[in-house]
Amino acid sequence: MPELDAVDRRIIDDLQGGFPLSATPYADAAARLGIGEADLLARLRCLLETGVLTRFGPMYQIERMGGAFVLAALAVPEERWDEVVAAVNALPQVAHNYRREHRLNMWFVLATETPEGIAEAIARIETDTGLHVFAFPKEREYFVEMKLEARV
Amino acid sequence: MDELDRALIIATQGGLPLVSDPWAEIGGSLGISAAEVRRRLEALLEAGVIRRIGVVPNHYAIGWTANGMTVWDVEDGAVDALGAEVGALPFVTHCYRRPRALPDWPYNLFAMVHGSSRGEVAAKAARIAVLLGSHCRDSDLLFSTRILKKTGLRI
Repeated sequence: MPELDAVDRRIIDDLQGGFPLSATPYADAAARLGIGEADLLARLRCLLETGVLTRFGPMYQIERMGGAFVLAALAVPEERWDEVVAAVNALPQVAHNYRREHRLNMWFVLATETPEGIAEAIARIETDTGLHVFAFPKEREYFVEMKLEARV
Repeated sequence: MDELDRALIIATQGGLPLVSDPWAEIGGSLGISAAEVRRRLEALLEAGVIRRIGVVPNHYAIGWTANGMTVWDVEDGAVDALGAEVGALPFVTHCYRRPRALPDWPYNLFAMVHGSSRGEVAAKAARIAVLLGSHCRDSDLLFSTRILKKTGLRI
């Protein structure tokens, strides 16, 4: 990973939301950060290319469009790890996927346009992998604000 | 939401074009004006269909190298009041009640905690444990060791 400078950190910390819907959004966002538009565009391109940022754009809340998000987990045998990662990640409905230290060692989020899409995606993963999918749909949301500032 | 909104979501879910006038570029691909793109994005933001517009950092790359999912088996009668308190802790980024999957998984309260070290995450988890007190029967802390995919939504 590349070294981040103070401007990169400011982009990461101050631009996690609030990108303007103005006619000249990059110029306006850059002015807020105290840099020029070309600098902001070049830095965003670099931060995306190097994987410091995974995305830049609107974050959609699929439930507000009638869809569903569900957290799910698998207990993947170590010797089948790579094959199962490929099978699960191949589904466009898998939005995020993390390896975790537990017998349930693969945790992923399914995001589908309809509530029924969740059951279809789970059935598909169970068929493709032969493994049981543990589904953990949220029953109550107490808090969500995924905003972490740069610490490097 | 109409078909054009759906097309707009598909056009932007992977990210915005990195050009001076991204709205014109998006509008060009959909056959609508830049002003119409802005108007529709504004409406989607207002309706909560868009949570926010901005950068999505890779936590590891920006120094949050220890990412733990703390999970707790909390008495059913106490979980909602306590879940709200856990969610209000400044270092918890997500907090949900989810169903147990007995006998494999006894936990019904999930809270994500991040830090620069496992020790920092464990110390934060200990503060949650204090808050839950005797209402919590069992708990675990699952560190993530690799991001396998982080594309976000794709409709």
